Amino acid sequence: MNFWTDPLKLAADWLIGLLTGWGMPAGVALGLTAFLGVLLLITVLMVIDIFLVWLERKVVARFQDRIGPNRLGPFGLIQPFADIIKLLIKEDTTPANADKVVYNLAPMLSMMSVLILWAIVPLAPRILGVDLNVGALYIVAAGAIGTLSIIMAGWSSNNKFALIGAFRQVAVLVSFEIPMVAALLIPTILAGSMGMNAIIQAQNVWYVWLSPLGALIFLVAAIAELGRSPFDMGEAESELVAGYNIEYSGMKFGMFYAGELLHALTFGGFWGILFFGGYRFFGLEQVSPFLAIPILLTKAVIGYWIIMWVKYTMMRIRIDHMLAFNWKFLTPLAFVLLMVTALANVLLRGASAWIYIPGMFLSNVILGWIVVEFMRRYSRAEREKAEGAAKARTVLEIAHP
Amino acid sequence: MTVAQIIFLVVALVTLVSALMVVTTQNLIHAALWLVVTLFAVAILYALLNASFLAVVQVVVYIGAIAILFIFAVMLTRKEMRDQGPQLNASWGLSALLAVLTFGGLFALLQGWDGMSKTVAALPSGFDAMNELGTALTSPNAFVLPFEVASVLLLAALVGAVYLAFNRK
Repeated sequence: MNFWTDPLKLAADWLIGLLTGWGMPAGVALGLTAFLGVLLLITVLMVIDIFLVWLERKVVARFQDRIGPNRLGPFGLIQPFADIIKLLIKEDTTPANADKVVYNLAPMLSMMSVLILWAIVPLAPRILGVDLNVGALYIVAAGAIGTLSIIMAGWSSNNKFALIGAFRQVAVLVSFEIPMVAALLIPTILAGSMGMNAIIQAQNVWYVWLSPLGALIFLVAAIAELGRSPFDMGEAESELVAGYNIEYSGMKFGMFYAGELLHALTFGGFWGILFFGGYRFFGLEQVSPFLAIPILLTKAVIGYWIIMWVKYTMMRIRIDHMLAFNWKFLTPLAFVLLMVTALANVLLRGASAWIYIPGMFLSNVILGWIVVEFMRRYSRAEREKAEGAAKARTVLEIAHP
Repeated sequence: MTVAQIIFLVVALVTLVSALMVVTTQNLIHAALWLVVTLFAVAILYALLNASFLAVVQVVVYIGAIAILFIFAVMLTRKEMRDQGPQLNASWGLSALLAVLTFGGLFALLQGWDGMSKTVAALPSGFDAMNELGTALTSPNAFVLPFEVASVLLLAALVGAVYLAFNRK
């Protein structure tokens, strides 16, 4: 029965007992077991990553009215392994005058910035790397290392396309970090904690019902953080060939690619954790971790699918439009929403759930409506100004041909 | 030696060596990257002190914002990324002497302090450092005034930057 409710602790206890039985000091045995746990998590993630390649290709094919990989194995499932073998046996090239150490370090940092995010992901109520009490900020900190890896890759490649791609990408990442932080603070306010597990435990009602706008802002900021279309300025393939990773070949390119896919799944997972109750689903998570982990992964894959849906449907936005969208629209909106959420939360906290939940939901809807109405009036005024000027010009042209 | 002490010594060594590399390397981008290593090692020191909030903020602010800005500024303003001139000026001997004296003085001073030989008291179970910090920063009995003053200072800097960069048509 114990295995069914807490398998990882059982395995760890058994292993520690075995190792100390062999005469290993308790501290060393504990450290070794923790290390094996990390190794297990990373191995599982990398195996999932292999299948993400297949999933991404299959989904993009469906969006583009194709079938996708279908030759190797059932549904083309062996295709990703063929891809990996191809990446491994490709020539490993380094451009002339490249900064070798930085050039080789960048893909590792890129992959690492994604993998360390999983340290704080609670897979089940008792299966988690570390219950960090600054979990929400930790996500941003890991993103900072990802930003660094991109600028390192772009600079060390000694290639103008790579450098321009890195500049654009970093400009986007640094800008969209701000609405991301504001959106991360909304579950923090609602749960009263930054810890991921505490946020999930506090979600008796999914936070998407208490803050639908917050969930939307987080999704937009996450897509920008991932550098995916419509925010894929960094590797705009029609302008920059491939952006910051243009010079990388073989498995080094594979690291960037795999990191990007796993990053998307990870942010899908964080979307699920912060706004859709994480591993919680009608109390099933209390039954067994064997149910909780699939629930979380399902939510992560649904989030990932939505990110892919946006990516393969939307066109790329020009960089100045993108930055204006962030600084003049998304950031102010995120901060106003943060203030409204904090205020409504304090005012309605004492009330019963029947008032609290609709109250929070309505505060978001009203704010959204005000923003849409404001935008409509503003764009109408701008359009009339432009049309008025054009009309005046035609009148002048008729009068003085 | 405990494990914590070994980790501290390794991290301290990394901090010092990378800080030395920041000022000695000729390549400016490399200097900025070494600075990132230094700042990251300082974040690890915070984490060793159970100050998880400070550790994460150190990474977010210094690596995520300031180091990236450094790299941007160097790339955008310099054509030649290498510093060609001599790295030492005439008064290096005096500076080295002052540094050694300051270190010796601090060392002698801290030798006499009884805090050096104390072991850190374990945090009580259920102690939430984040909660304590948040309450302290917003409580009128604690640090709300310095906190607000610092906020106003940052806001003034922000307004000043916008004013300077604002392009009047």
